[in-house]
Amino acid sequence: MTNAQTLLTIENLRIEAASQAGGKTVLVDNVSFSLRRGEVLGLIGESGAGKSTIGLSSMNYTRGGCAITGGRIVFDGENILELSEAGNRALRGVRIAYIAQSAAASFNPALTIGRQVCEVAVRHHLVGRAEAAAKAVELFKALELPDPEHFGERYPHQVSGGQLQRAMAAMAMIAEPDLLVFDEPTTALDVTTQVEVLSLFRKLIRERGTAALYITHDLAVVAQIADRILVLRHGKMVEMGAAQDILTAPKEDYTRRLVAEREAATADAFVSEGEGGREAVLTLDAVTASYAALPRVVDTVSLSMARGDTLAIVGESGSGKSTLARVIVGLLPRESGRLMFQGKELSPGLRERSREELRRIQMIYQMPDMALNPKHTLLEIIGRPVEFYLGKSKAEVRARVLELLRQIELPEHFIDRRPTELSGGQKQRVCIARALAAEPDLIICDEVTSALDPLVAEEILALLRRLQERLGLAYLFITHDLSTVRRVANTVAVMRKGKVVAYGKTAEVFSPPYHPYTELLLDSVPEMRPDWLDDVLAARKGRVEATR
Amino acid sequence: MQLFGRKMPLRAQIGLAIVIINLLAAIFVPVIAPYPEAEVVGRAWAGSSAEHWFGLDNLGRDILSRLLYGARLSIGLSLLITTLSFSMGVFGGFAAAVLGKAADMVLSRIVDLLLSMPALIFAMVVLSVLGTDLIVLIVTISVLDATRIFRVARALAMDIEALDYVEVARLRGEGLWWIVRREILPNAVPPLVAEFGLRFCFTFLFISALSFLGLGIQPPNADWGSMVKDYSALIMLGVPAVFYPAGAIAALTIGINMLVDWLLSINTVRR
Repeated sequence: MTNAQTLLTIENLRIEAASQAGGKTVLVDNVSFSLRRGEVLGLIGESGAGKSTIGLSSMNYTRGGCAITGGRIVFDGENILELSEAGNRALRGVRIAYIAQSAAASFNPALTIGRQVCEVAVRHHLVGRAEAAAKAVELFKALELPDPEHFGERYPHQVSGGQLQRAMAAMAMIAEPDLLVFDEPTTALDVTTQVEVLSLFRKLIRERGTAALYITHDLAVVAQIADRILVLRHGKMVEMGAAQDILTAPKEDYTRRLVAEREAATADAFVSEGEGGREAVLTLDAVTASYAALPRVVDTVSLSMARGDTLAIVGESGSGKSTLARVIVGLLPRESGRLMFQGKELSPGLRERSREELRRIQMIYQMPDMALNPKHTLLEIIGRPVEFYLGKSKAEVRARVLELLRQIELPEHFIDRRPTELSGGQKQRVCIARALAAEPDLIICDEVTSALDPLVAEEILALLRRLQERLGLAYLFITHDLSTVRRVANTVAVMRKGKVVAYGKTAEVFSPPYHPYTELLLDSVPEMRPDWLDDVLAARKGRVEATR
Repeated sequence: MQLFGRKMPLRAQIGLAIVIINLLAAIFVPVIAPYPEAEVVGRAWAGSSAEHWFGLDNLGRDILSRLLYGARLSIGLSLLITTLSFSMGVFGGFAAAVLGKAADMVLSRIVDLLLSMPALIFAMVVLSVLGTDLIVLIVTISVLDATRIFRVARALAMDIEALDYVEVARLRGEGLWWIVRREILPNAVPPLVAEFGLRFCFTFLFISALSFLGLGIQPPNADWGSMVKDYSALIMLGVPAVFYPAGAIAALTIGINMLVDWLLSINTVRR
């Protein structure tokens, strides 16, 4: 271990948080690994696995309320847990730099990007202001940012999310650190942007021989960049090994499940097509909508779905897919076009619709945390639609809620719990139960799995499928995740800038001949082969311009 | 010790004890006060003694008795005013948040108008024109305070209204009143409770300022604020009388805040 090549060694690390009850919760328990110079270690795990906590601890930093209570962290031969505040300052940002998930939240909106990128180097008197600016331009060039000479003069809101994430990498690299900590740096980006950013990050650290901890929940992403992978769960190490070994021959059961789940996500298995000629549930005919004073967000969209259908609307952020859902439920009244539901035209606005019309279309949201009132019990949350729409008595409501809890596979005694006492997956189940309580014909699922861990998301999708079979529901899935589309939808509509660019049976839309934009989206979904990124980049040259 | 089924930390227990002592004093004043509040029982500014623990004031009245009677008046009045102003402020603030842009515009501009005038001067004008009646005092301070609570309540309701669970209720077709009562209000209570504690203390000081100007509580009735003002000049001459009412205000303020802090912490949603 005491090799000159070893940059970072973490031994038996233990991090605890003070819990509300006054006790301690162990966040990270007995984690040990070491990192050589120039090596990239991927930290993989679900939320709560302790990935970010470990990443931050390598800078001798813990989030509020947490403390490193055991083990050693040796960086370049020095135990950094013994450093003073001044020692920490000399370490952080200079020798170890951090790249966070949300660049938008990490930049000060009132200062130019250039100034913030240069700040670390200038503040630590590593270089003068002019020299730092020259270095920044060089980094902007390496990161293929537009107009590198003048990119630094812009403010954070003037550049795109992917560009800002790259600017953050420039900020991290300006002081030429030995170690970079990437904390889910591409998770908030669209798939097509993720490919660019990921490849540039990889190029940058390879050229400069910087070591890195790469934290992510996506095995396919880490496969492109990491030499070794450490799998974590509930703060403990599951297994560690060379990237190739973990991906192709995982030893532990948990890793095998993760890998299998991720493989299923990119498999070319499509949902069997529904039989034709059933009654139409929802038909959109040239529907157009916009927010005040902005160009059309939903532009002449025509779609149709029948009972038992699952229609997926896919697209990147800003494509208008969520707005389309708001138009259908009446939150954003359409400007023109027809919206037919079970043979009757629906009023544009929510208030003009009857209670019966409202009951038949239900919605499930992306963030179950925000979609459930924390002050209500599950009885109140799930029971309210039963009471409101179906006018049942108290005893009947309770019986129905218990039945729904069984349907969503939660124990009956949860009926008196509040959302704060549930996990993320359980909360999303409750949202499903609330939608079912209204006995709807159509459920709109707005990114219902994107806030969940992969294994939990898979369970939620399986539950939705089972419910569909039993109850004959129609689902409208709004998603940016193509693997979800493949697994649940028999019909798909690809949206871009408010327009539907491709629409049809999933198997047809997702098979050649593709619409160029569909192909770009499909190609951007990371696969677990380590050479995937190179293949995509090679294939993409020239084609990107064609679809821009 | 437990309250609302939760274990109370020491700080909260101290806070609760202070509040209870003050409330008991306010309720049982006639029984426990050694002398009537307005009776002259000795020489002015006599020091503490076995008969008069805290000494006598500028007219020779017993300070301890006045302090106890003051508790009744100050706490009772502040509680009444704060409750009134909260009812008005929360109602108006929620209305502005949920009734749409036009209603918000009208209500907010009225509040801006009231806020644009210094509260003390506004209160002075009203009280000098309408007379220093207790009812007028209560209504004036309540309305002035309500403007500040309006802003807090409006911001809170707007924050909560933007959350998905409120949208779910609207999509279900729930009425406005149900949404406010069942979805917004329960989530707005914890911050409003904290604001209540703070406002209660401010009301104290406001009443005392008015009393000092002769527009608040009229002598011979005692209240802590006017006692502070009455005794403060004498501190230069080494008379410690001012510390008793000032200490009482400080103790109650701190006690309420300790209790409110804890109430807030058990109400905060764990994320």
